[in-house]
Amino acid sequence: MSDAHDTHSDPHGGELVPAGPIADPGLPEHHWRPTDVDPAKEKRAERQVATLFGLSAVCTVLFLVAYFTLDIGDNWTIVAGFGASTMALGLSLGLALMFIGVGVIHWARKLMADHEIMELRHPARSSDADREVAVQALTDGINESGIGRRPLIRNSLLGAVGLLGLPAVVMLRDLGPLPGDKLYHTIWGKGTKSAPMRIVRDGIWTPILASDLEIGDLVNCQPDALHNPERYGIDPTEVEGVNLQIHKSKASLILLRMQPEDIKPGKDAHGKSRANWDVQGIVAYSKICTHVGCPISLNERTTHHLLCPCHQSTFDLADSGRVVFGPAGRPLPQLPIAVDDEGYLVAQRDFDEPVGPSFWERDYYER
Amino acid sequence: MRLLNRSAGRLSRHRRGPIAGLLVLVCGLLLTGGLYAAFAPAQADSNTDQQALIKEGRQLFIVSCAFCHGQNGEGVLTQGGSQYGPALTDVGAAAVDFQVSTGRMPMAQPGVQAPRKESVFTKEETAALAAYVGSLGTGPAIPDKELYSTDGMSQDQIDALVVRGGQIFLANCTACHNFEGSGGAMPRGGFAPKIRGVDSKHIYEAMLTGPQSMDTFSDGNIPPEDKKAVIAYLNELNKAPSYSGLTLGSLGPVSEGIIAWIFGLGLLVGFAVWIAAHTTRSSKKKDEAAA
Repeated sequence: MSDAHDTHSDPHGGELVPAGPIADPGLPEHHWRPTDVDPAKEKRAERQVATLFGLSAVCTVLFLVAYFTLDIGDNWTIVAGFGASTMALGLSLGLALMFIGVGVIHWARKLMADHEIMELRHPARSSDADREVAVQALTDGINESGIGRRPLIRNSLLGAVGLLGLPAVVMLRDLGPLPGDKLYHTIWGKGTKSAPMRIVRDGIWTPILASDLEIGDLVNCQPDALHNPERYGIDPTEVEGVNLQIHKSKASLILLRMQPEDIKPGKDAHGKSRANWDVQGIVAYSKICTHVGCPISLNERTTHHLLCPCHQSTFDLADSGRVVFGPAGRPLPQLPIAVDDEGYLVAQRDFDEPVGPSFWERDYYER
Repeated sequence: MRLLNRSAGRLSRHRRGPIAGLLVLVCGLLLTGGLYAAFAPAQADSNTDQQALIKEGRQLFIVSCAFCHGQNGEGVLTQGGSQYGPALTDVGAAAVDFQVSTGRMPMAQPGVQAPRKESVFTKEETAALAAYVGSLGTGPAIPDKELYSTDGMSQDQIDALVVRGGQIFLANCTACHNFEGSGGAMPRGGFAPKIRGVDSKHIYEAMLTGPQSMDTFSDGNIPPEDKKAVIAYLNELNKAPSYSGLTLGSLGPVSEGIIAWIFGLGLLVGFAVWIAAHTTRSSKKKDEAAA
């Protein structure tokens, strides 16, 4: 009681800091767990742990039984709206794992050795003497190796280590053929004078009559050649399997019909106007986002703004695909379109710039 | 008359007398007139019905819609020149039926988007409003039931329809409405609504008219039989059981991630804290117990 008075002093202008260093109070007295001091309780805990492990084994067996007896399609709303198989498999395997976990924790908390461990806190910085010794050892090593005195050895070593980078370069090069000019072209350019590349509906592959589309319509499209390669003199194997996916990943297209007076035609790669790139207000843009290449068709009819769901890049399709929001660095490439003799929408030619994400060799032009 | 006689004469030169052509013409005129006489009263009846419906719709329109859409549906602009309520002159009856019977119109308050709510009009009132707005200009009419219903089709036909509808749905609808039709977010606070469990007629009308910011999928874009296929696919989705238990709204990794991180990991952390905080200690000493 008197100690407390000394250190905290009185409220009339005294010090709040203790007069001297506080003595190390040491560790509080260790209280043992009931299982440490009572053999009966220890035995009981042991049985509890074993029971938990046993329950886990039972659940595992139940899982196997459920797996082989219950069919996924049977009684699929029987347990509170969930399927019998789903519930049985999930519960039995979940409980089997949980009982092992609970058992191990119970074991550790009740039976494993119970002693307190103390670790003192030291400053992280080494003493000045230690630091000097370390620096000295390093300097000695450099001097003794003579790397400063023997430039022949030093330079030949640097040359040898530097050359070791070449195998990495050679092997990385052979990971695949270089893309060449593939990134600059799509299958839209494979149309001929007699058979211009038709624009067809994605999924059902029907050609589109320009006169059929109404203002406000949006169509997700693909080039006809992917479904109908012979018409364009393309080898069918060129549009199968992986090749098909590659072509789709570059050629996917969205078609939009808007009021013709809403369109602000920009410039093409040669600085000429894009005025004849649309057909009576029908415009065609690449479906591949110029940021990292997600396919996009989240369009707002009222604003002509096309949103990419991945990173919220937004493009204005009435204004040459200009980026109005988000991380995309380039406008969406536009495909110049026309109608063929039968009135179906076709591509005039290929895109005049690479579609999809940026890469460092490619050019950029002002719209 | 000379012209008529000459052609009639030529037609029957080898078979009938020169007067037969004229007789046929007279008979045809009589038949047409007779048919008109027989059916005209019925037509006049339905016309007056339609006129009465449009008149009733006009009354409802003036009371409930004209404030935003103008007294004759011409639309209202704000002082800044942006749209307060769009013109309804060419939206058609289908748009009105969709907006009013799903409760989106009339809007409860101005906002980014009109959400679905309980409809404030009865079926008859909605029909009257649709008839009135439909009479203002062009635009699609309310679709007939045969256009969206698969009633009377064999199971094989329905299956083929569902497959085709799935292709169309995945190519055109999933971008905004999610792979299972659960809806999704759009720019500036808008959203593409959930389209599961929506009336087939309303889905057909939504494709046809493009409500609010949605693009239209006119009959030239997705032909009527393909619209029916999309609806058949959506109805099939509604019936599909979720074998794996909770779908968490079928929103994909977002809802699943939230559940896993907040509830899954949260539960584990809470459990760990609870374990560490609870250990029974005894007041007995070890040697006391041994003694």
